[in-house]
Amino acid sequence: MTVPISYYLVLAAVLFSIGVASFLIKRNIITIFMSIELMLNAVNLTFVAFAHMWHQITGQIFVFFVMVVAAAEAAVGLAIIIAIFRTRRTLNVDQVNLLKN
Amino acid sequence: MQLALFIIFGLLAVAGAINFLLQRHPINSALSLIVVMMSLAVLYWSLGAEFLAAAQVIVYSGAVMVLFVFVVMLLNAGEEERTHGSRAAYFAGIPGATAIFCLLSFVFLTNGKAFGSTDLINHLTHTTNNIAEISQVLFRDLLLPFEVTSVLILVAILGAVVLARKEQ
Repeated sequence: MTVPISYYLVLAAVLFSIGVASFLIKRNIITIFMSIELMLNAVNLTFVAFAHMWHQITGQIFVFFVMVVAAAEAAVGLAIIIAIFRTRRTLNVDQVNLLKN
Repeated sequence: MQLALFIIFGLLAVAGAINFLLQRHPINSALSLIVVMMSLAVLYWSLGAEFLAAAQVIVYSGAVMVLFVFVVMLLNAGEEERTHGSRAAYFAGIPGATAIFCLLSFVFLTNGKAFGSTDLINHLTHTTNNIAEISQVLFRDLLLPFEVTSVLILVAILGAVVLARKEQ
């Protein structure tokens, strides 16, 4: 039994939408950052599906570079989160509002 | 068989993602995100990308998520509280995400014929293997970008050390 490529794309759309929803709903800065990773993973799945569809290896190379950049981004982002926690003593994004007033 | 693999691990990924959305505690969210990433690795393998499946397990579930779990434990993050801002986000977030999903799946399913379907058996009995193809492109055609990523990683390490260091 073969699986249509569009099923993989719909699965990626489901994961991406859940990532968007949790990015907007979550209030913890670490969980917000994790939902960005979820969205990146969903996009990677579409890249792999299209690479399979066209029988091209380039899509997989693209996913490889996305993984590298995501790893670097996670390291820097978590360092920023630690710095924010050190100065503001909170992880709630609603309380990080110095620029608001 | 491939359909069974897709259904099992696709449902597992969606269940993990929904659990990620519903859990209040960050460590539970992190663990369910690991489930999503592992099942995505199986789906990569079923699309004939063995190298990416291994890299997904090692880099994402192995390195990135361990970093997340470490930071959650280091900062002693507790359950998040629902505030006024998140109630506004509920009314914007759920319909917005549903709209994105409906639009994307409408486009994908109406053009489903043009995308074709997977042929894993044909792929697995192919003479060239996936890792050889990837290494040929990565180390010959794209050697300069590949080396530049090492500089990127170095800059990221230095930035992380500088940001997370205690100020004197």
